[in-house]
Amino acid sequence: MREATVPEKTQQQQPDVPDTREEARTLAPPVDIFENKDGLVVVADLPGVGKEDADVRVENGILTLKATAKSELPGEPLRHEYELRNFFRQFQLSEEVDQDKIKAEMKHGVLIINLPKREETKPRQIAVQVS
Amino acid sequence: MARWTWDPFQELEALRRQVERAFEDYRGGRWPLARTAFLPGLSARSYPLLNINEDKDTVYVEALAPGLDPESLDITVRENVLRIAGEKPSVNPDIKAEAFHRNERSAGRFVRTLSLPTGVNAAQVKATYTNGLLTIMLPKAEEAKPKQIEVSVS
Repeated sequence: MREATVPEKTQQQQPDVPDTREEARTLAPPVDIFENKDGLVVVADLPGVGKEDADVRVENGILTLKATAKSELPGEPLRHEYELRNFFRQFQLSEEVDQDKIKAEMKHGVLIINLPKREETKPRQIAVQVS
Repeated sequence: MARWTWDPFQELEALRRQVERAFEDYRGGRWPLARTAFLPGLSARSYPLLNINEDKDTVYVEALAPGLDPESLDITVRENVLRIAGEKPSVNPDIKAEAFHRNERSAGRFVRTLSLPTGVNAAQVKATYTNGLLTIMLPKAEEAKPKQIEVSVS
């Protein structure tokens, strides 16, 4: 699966301003992508992202992951080893993926997206008759 | 009067500590960004990454640890040392290596210890795990809390 580098459309009125990615700096989350018998599975680590803060969409064959991470740690900082930022990553989907059947679930900060293949692209077992 | 002799080993130790502190600042304190670009991946480094906050009564520790098995978490406090152990299970243990297009996430058992900056009341420590962030609340021990001293003006 190819990683897409398509600029995101900005809601700007000026026609001469080129499309850019969002202004806010984002992190590309680490992902696992593997095939099982139904299709492809994308697993992404999104710490600090709740169920309603993850945005998964497919447009023109491009899968976009967008998520807002937040943490509500009270008090004054003593020592910080990481900073939560928003997540953003895009992938080019193959023609074989059935875009209507894509399903995503979120659990413990891990996003799992199931991308099933179209029925007609799945291998079919053909019984060989021996006479 | 204290006896003081020049000890080269002590000097070396002090130098080592200074160098270590310099790098610690780089990693954690002043430029947290230096580490955000690298979420814990497939390598052995201190895992999980921790953010530590405090207020008057409590020390808060937050660990960046998505996808843990909450049952496997083992958090202990002993002599002001916090120990976090647990396991991040692999989502896909049965998938063959050749079926992977990308494999950037890590999995496995981990343990990390942290010396707490103040004494804590170990009996009252609470931990929650939401959205892949482990938050541990450690109430400070009575003797570690700041005390207001009133100045009487006569």
